[in-house]
Amino acid sequence: MKTRIFASLLLGTAIGLAATSSAFAQDKTVKIGALSDQSGLYADLGGPGSTLAAQMAIEDSGLTAKGWKIDVISGDHQNKPDVGVNIARQWFDVDKVDVIVDVPNSGVALAVSNLVKEKNGVFLNSGAGTSDLTNAQCTPNTIHWTYDTYTLAHGTGTALTKNGGDTWFFITADYAFGAALERDTTAAVQASGGKVLGGVKAPINTADFSSFLLQAQASKAKVIGLANAGSDTTNSIKQAAEFGITAGGQKLAALLLFITDVHSLGLKAAQGLNFTETFYWDLNDNSRAFAKRFQDRMKNHGMPSMVHAGVYSSLVHYFKALEALGGNPHDGAKVVAKMKEIPTDDPLFGKGSIQPNGRKIHPAYLFEVKAPAESKGPWDYYKLVSTIPADQAFTPLADSKCALLKK
Amino acid sequence: MTAMTDDTLPVTPRTIRDEMIAFAIMTVLLLVVPLTGLYPFFVMQGLCFALLACAFNLLIGYGGLLSFGHAMFLGTGGYVTAHAVKVWGVPPELGILIGIAASAGLGIITGVVAIRRQGIYFAMITLALSQLMYFIYLQAPFTHGEDGIQGIPQGHLLGIFDLSKPTVLYYVIVAGFLFGFLVIFRAINSPFGEVLKSIRENEQRAISLGYKTDHYKLLAFILSGTLAGFAGSLKVFVVQNASLSDVEVGMSGLIVLMTLVGGLGTVFGPVIGAFIIVATQQYLAGFGSWVTVIQGSIFVACVLTFRRGIVGEIAHLFRRSL
Amino acid sequence: MQALYAQLLVGLINGSFYALLSLGLAVIFGMLNIINFAHGALYMMGAFCAYFLLNIFGIGYWWALLIAPIAVGIFGMVLERTMLQWLAGLDHLYGLLLTFGLALIIQGVFQNYFGSSGLPYAIPDELRGGMNLGFMFLPIYRGWVVVFSLVVCFATWYLIERTRLGAYLRAATENPTLVRAFGINVPRMITLTYGLGVGLAALAGVLSAPINQVRPLMGENIIIVVFAVVVIGGMGSIMGSIITGFALGLIEGLTKYFYPEASNTVVFVLMVLVLLVKPTGLTGRAA
Repeated sequence: MKTRIFASLLLGTAIGLAATSSAFAQDKTVKIGALSDQSGLYADLGGPGSTLAAQMAIEDSGLTAKGWKIDVISGDHQNKPDVGVNIARQWFDVDKVDVIVDVPNSGVALAVSNLVKEKNGVFLNSGAGTSDLTNAQCTPNTIHWTYDTYTLAHGTGTALTKNGGDTWFFITADYAFGAALERDTTAAVQASGGKVLGGVKAPINTADFSSFLLQAQASKAKVIGLANAGSDTTNSIKQAAEFGITAGGQKLAALLLFITDVHSLGLKAAQGLNFTETFYWDLNDNSRAFAKRFQDRMKNHGMPSMVHAGVYSSLVHYFKALEALGGNPHDGAKVVAKMKEIPTDDPLFGKGSIQPNGRKIHPAYLFEVKAPAESKGPWDYYKLVSTIPADQAFTPLADSKCALLKK
Repeated sequence: MTAMTDDTLPVTPRTIRDEMIAFAIMTVLLLVVPLTGLYPFFVMQGLCFALLACAFNLLIGYGGLLSFGHAMFLGTGGYVTAHAVKVWGVPPELGILIGIAASAGLGIITGVVAIRRQGIYFAMITLALSQLMYFIYLQAPFTHGEDGIQGIPQGHLLGIFDLSKPTVLYYVIVAGFLFGFLVIFRAINSPFGEVLKSIRENEQRAISLGYKTDHYKLLAFILSGTLAGFAGSLKVFVVQNASLSDVEVGMSGLIVLMTLVGGLGTVFGPVIGAFIIVATQQYLAGFGSWVTVIQGSIFVACVLTFRRGIVGEIAHLFRRSL
Repeated sequence: MQALYAQLLVGLINGSFYALLSLGLAVIFGMLNIINFAHGALYMMGAFCAYFLLNIFGIGYWWALLIAPIAVGIFGMVLERTMLQWLAGLDHLYGLLLTFGLALIIQGVFQNYFGSSGLPYAIPDELRGGMNLGFMFLPIYRGWVVVFSLVVCFATWYLIERTRLGAYLRAATENPTLVRAFGINVPRMITLTYGLGVGLAALAGVLSAPINQVRPLMGENIIIVVFAVVVIGGMGSIMGSIITGFALGLIEGLTKYFYPEASNTVVFVLMVLVLLVKPTGLTGRAA
């Protein structure tokens, strides 16, 4: 009797140990969390489109056929860092999420990046702008895709300054993103021989820019830099026209503009605007194919923004890394290290690589919005002005303040 | 003055005994939580808000003053403690003390202004003062505005207790909550509490009896604000951030809702109300803006038909004091 | 100097909204002793009504100025009849809590269907373009806002303080029993008054739609500033609220020029100062 009890106890313990140890071994389950602004000012450039892009990436990877179980859940951070962090924490603790994607809004992105490091997950950010994600606040668990404020600053900022716009005044969204964009653009403007005359901070989600625009007008700067995004940018542009600012000779620099913004502005209001992006649906055959599939499945039939493209592309590379590892080790730093080893190649951003500080490198493009007469149909909005090679579009490693680089 | 809490029973030895029993049950339940499967983070958040609601209840339930600006205390306690712990690097207990001191200071300054009026005017003034604090915190560099103070280290309480371990943190929060709760309980069942209740019932009469009612009201306001700040300081260690959400009008409204649902003027009502509301936030988060609609509907339902709140109804039913 | 005038003018435009909204609030409070927390949400509904009229029925701005306040006003009257009425005998704080809950519901429902960023509403063609005033280029629409608000504010003040109907309204709230004894239907007066106040809020919403984008949360922050205006101007004093509303807009404009960081807080600081000196507000009567 006693020996039987002892034996079964031993067996039970052995099974228990085996069970727990297998939890640390690799398996073929992946859970993706698409954290975005689902209903606010960034909902069009991220939001439900990012969840769709994630699903498309899962389907295109062919991993489900190979026995993998991959799920996507989505969450709404409402542009509040504390809400975003709470969702992310619950995702890691309770829902066993492995990787968080998207996260537009730099304030939320920085907060989530810290949490992801704590929980040893993976953070593939496609939506936020702040270059701090791979500089001062880099972590071994975060990869910053798509673009950052350095790209925008050195694309649009440099081009406009060299074209005669040598005095600038900023209208800045008063949070992490606006501050980073203003800082990086100031550096680019000054490096190109321009001067910054001043600036004003507007709260995120401002509806009425009149008093800020009046200050910009009074400064008599040749270029008014709009260091904001989403509906903040479109409102600034519309109201600038109302107050006769563009008619009065001052140029507007939409430092961050997405195709969804141009769509809501309309070509009449947006024509002639110069800006930098890293993806456009009509750039080549691959992007066109992706865009068509995306548009068919999107509820509002919108075209993919560069953020959506980034979500797709980052997940494609993530799955490559997982396959190379032979399974999902549920160890964020390990997967990210693997992702940095493999050079990237996907239909949307072409060939590129990931730097040790987590920055994904690929070429950027300077675009100009077409005039209504030049457009051949809906969503045909951009003409390509110039291409910025990958090594110039992002912070050079030598200048990066990332602690990971100091070995 | 205000007829909002007319059916609270008079204090007798029997009511005190009822309340002590309920307190004992609550303590036991809280102590065993880590042994159940409940997500400790959720319970800790619930406790912080429970303390906050109890502090608010002290003012309305016993003082008859509806403050629509209690978020400013939550935010002050939170921001100051967060800054102290993250930037000045002080140990947690000192950070909490500094946060409490800041809230008390705010309570004194705002109390002096707000106490001058009563009833609805008092509510509107506290609302406006809270919004003033919101804009101050929005601009102040140390709060980092929209980005908030993130990544707050949890540290070691008194050098011994490692707050980054969930179980340790949980018991510390429980201890903090029980302490705050007992302070309120003691305040209610004391000569000070009796005078407060008499002011609520009939202020003119209290004045004619020689009580300086303004002083009592101010004291109640400061005490309520300080404890709310204490809740904010505790919350910082649970969520590891301090942000503008804590000082928004919506937060003040949520505090009122928690207490209303639980039962204004009851001792345990705010605790139950807080847990219910935190649960709706947590488990209905997938429904997006419907959560706001649900909360609004609960408000309307409570005001129209359910004025005593959950605990209030139970207490009324069993003729006990809860 | 030019920049100062420009900011003052923008301040005057903002002041128009403050005045219109605080007028509605003062009417409701003065007559009904209800703090209408739902005022901001009803202002938002006015803007949305204009948006729907344009995008679903093709009805333009000018008709919207008439239809939206009536439509939302009727909605307000329904709210009063079905919910606020039950709170008549209770503590006034319940009215505040009920309207707060209503505001949450209304805003939440709209937020669910329309997200939280703005829907565009175009400036009507007749009011497009601008005038060069020398110190600034004033968009005609914004000038219209100021003029129209002034007209509406004074018309309402006249209605309440100088006409017979207004006299009935004022009497009904001061002493309902006596007025009822004269054969006047007091509950109906109360419902109508609430409808009037709500209609004013909706009118402000329509005016605001081309400037501020139509968004579900547009009333949330402005309502608290308006509360402060009403407290400063004296709860229940119509003229007080109008004057304070415009004055406050101007003061905000001044602050934006000299010390922009304080422009959000100046209202509340002023409110605190007024309360310390004269608790009943500048022109108000005692509670």
